Amino acid sequence: MSAFKEARHLFHFAGLFVLAFLVFLVVRHYVVPKTFGEYGHYRGASIGEIGNLPVKFAGHQTCENCHTDILDVKSKGKHAHVNCEACHGALANHADDPTIKPVLPDTAVLCARCHTASAAKPKGFPQVVPAEHSNGLPCQTCHNPHSPAMDAGGAK
Amino acid sequence: MNLSRRQILILLPAAAVAWKSVLAGTPEDSPNYRMSDHWWGMLIDIPKCIGCGNCVRACATENDVPDGHFRTWVERYNVSDEDMTNPHVISPDGGKEGFPVAEEDGEKYFFVPKMCNHCADSPCTQVCPVGATFIAPDGVVLVDQKYCLGCAYCVQACPYGCRYIHPQKEVADKCTLCYHRITKGLTTACCESCPTGARQLVDLKNPKDPIHEFLKTHNVQVLKPQMATGAKVFYNGLDGSVR
Amino acid sequence: MSGVEGYMYPNEITLYWSVLIVLYPYITGLVAGAFILASLERVFRVEAVKPTYRLALLTALAFLLVAPLPLVLHLGHPFRSPEMYFTPHDTSAMAMFGYVYMWYLMAVLTFEIWLEYRRDIVLLSQSSKGLLRLIYKVMTLGSSNISERSLVIDEKVGWIVTLIGIPSAFLLHGYVGFIFGSIKANPWWSSPLMPVVFIFSAMVSGIAGVMLLYMALTKLRKQKIDMHCVDTIAMYMFYIFIIDFSLEMLDLIHRIYEADESFRSLNFMAHTKLFFSQIVLQIIIGTLVPLVLLFLTQVVKFTEVVRKRIYVLCGSLILISVFAMRWNVVIGGQLFSKSFLGYTTYKMALVTREGLLVSIALTMLPLFFLWALVKLLPPWNEKSAHQAVAAD
Repeated sequence: MSAFKEARHLFHFAGLFVLAFLVFLVVRHYVVPKTFGEYGHYRGASIGEIGNLPVKFAGHQTCENCHTDILDVKSKGKHAHVNCEACHGALANHADDPTIKPVLPDTAVLCARCHTASAAKPKGFPQVVPAEHSNGLPCQTCHNPHSPAMDAGGAK
Repeated sequence: MNLSRRQILILLPAAAVAWKSVLAGTPEDSPNYRMSDHWWGMLIDIPKCIGCGNCVRACATENDVPDGHFRTWVERYNVSDEDMTNPHVISPDGGKEGFPVAEEDGEKYFFVPKMCNHCADSPCTQVCPVGATFIAPDGVVLVDQKYCLGCAYCVQACPYGCRYIHPQKEVADKCTLCYHRITKGLTTACCESCPTGARQLVDLKNPKDPIHEFLKTHNVQVLKPQMATGAKVFYNGLDGSVR
Repeated sequence: MSGVEGYMYPNEITLYWSVLIVLYPYITGLVAGAFILASLERVFRVEAVKPTYRLALLTALAFLLVAPLPLVLHLGHPFRSPEMYFTPHDTSAMAMFGYVYMWYLMAVLTFEIWLEYRRDIVLLSQSSKGLLRLIYKVMTLGSSNISERSLVIDEKVGWIVTLIGIPSAFLLHGYVGFIFGSIKANPWWSSPLMPVVFIFSAMVSGIAGVMLLYMALTKLRKQKIDMHCVDTIAMYMFYIFIIDFSLEMLDLIHRIYEADESFRSLNFMAHTKLFFSQIVLQIIIGTLVPLVLLFLTQVVKFTEVVRKRIYVLCGSLILISVFAMRWNVVIGGQLFSKSFLGYTTYKMALVTREGLLVSIALTMLPLFFLWALVKLLPPWNEKSAHQAVAAD
């Protein structure tokens, strides 16, 4: 047909498209990760990868399994619900290998963070003006950090 | 450490229990954790927050959050009675080292911890061009950092400002609700380190989770409810001035 | 924190979408606008603008080739960008970039240029020598048929391609407007008008660009500028600009009237941080001045020299104004806090991947491509083709 002959160049152009599309499909088959689409439009394996990231805070349960004596004191005092690592920092490495000694926190900074009086803090929360309260003495001079209330048997 | 026999007898079963809870499961390591059994969220109790910044520091430690970027942060609000629509807000280094002392001036102050809201209808996952950020079947919004292009579209789409581009990895980053912890039966780093219990992880699908009772007995809100994001971080005692 | 006034959410302080993201819609806007000018002749039979037809197509191609570069340079992981082709997310407007771009490049622009130039390509493949001969031979795609009938077929098919090309051009640039307009988190961007405003300002900028290029290149070739052509182009430019301006004013009036929670913060930003780029550059110098001048050319009989000067001035101001508009949208949208309590500053770097120097280079690059295309596929008839051959 003469029409086809006259339009052959268009078929050449279209042919390029078809070829490119086929190449695309082949490449796509190899490149898209296998777990993609497992749960939704994302790589299913990433859920497991994120779930396997290292843990740095051991969690109070783990601390309490070994440090029962501290737990005994703490659970009766005002800091009963303050978890160990809230003050002692991340200690999963110590829980895995007890020879790694945790660094004792500096009470001047640590206690002050929570207990420095500020109009912004909830009214019922125990707060003092550090400079006036202890004349520069470190907090643990009078307070047992694990059961700090003076009148609840926590005084030293 | 010298252990008496008595102490060992107490310790061993305790260790076994602990070990079991540690194994409570990632999707791969433990068949005990099934994603479909959980629908994670968080409860933030404003009247309990003292602005100590423990959560911000703990998160940064647990998740290697780069300086100057925040997966969670704490804001301090200062609201006058006459004009609730113009609060004065500060968040010095995200509240990481706490806040400066506020003087008594008769105005209302409170702290608002913020984080990714793990929205059920999240606008951020909607706009990701390649499927690098998504909501997992257990309700946690995550970023696949091996797939992310770093285009920052999700950062623009988040109404809460909880996302950032990691300066070294050059991919989107944000709170993962400590997915690597909660799938093992632990709580998030921020909840673990909060001294007052102002932050609590909740599993909305767990009938025994105290959140259900809490929701029945308290007035709770989410941030920017008009955005209809299906946010799953619930605030108790959220003031109307909070942005 | 330096550069921050008031309160910003801590993660909002750094701007993540830089000047490169300003450039991208500017470039695709020029593409769309140039194509619309070409289609004025091809589809709407506005004979007067025929002298710019081929130039408009080549301009569109030159800018389209550069368009992905600002995006790729901006990405944290540019080598992962094929993911947009392999796993595009169907709820993301940005995901359609790969396919819309490929479609427009291959099935519209390259196809139309090829059909328009096919006769010249075949002739040049026979008359040129060396490497150039090989290039032209490849471009013939293995067919040297330039009979009358085949050219008539080309004409018909080309007409259909241009017809499809018009909505394709709107899609190529409109989706960018939708990328911004669909973000409910950002009240500066979120608006159903955004794609429409983008398209109309794109048309104005593209038409202005081609007009200026035509005038400049004609002067360089020491030829006479076809004033009927340029007058017609300027007229279309004027009317489309009126529509664009009306749309932007509609958006502004709507915002002021509704005065929602974001209004106070955005209003303050527009009057302070964006004062120069928006009020002075985009609105006063870039819109009002050209509108008034172009209006005058429509109602007053100026001499040819005066008209030329006005067109050059207006065309240049329009190009600056539309860039300013993109800047005000992209950068402006990130300068204010989503808490509506504060503002940050954009610190544009100089020599980094997303800095000023790269942006300038990316703006110059299309002109180099255009130069190469004009040499390879001369928009002007046999005389230039002959010169290209003689130059070998």
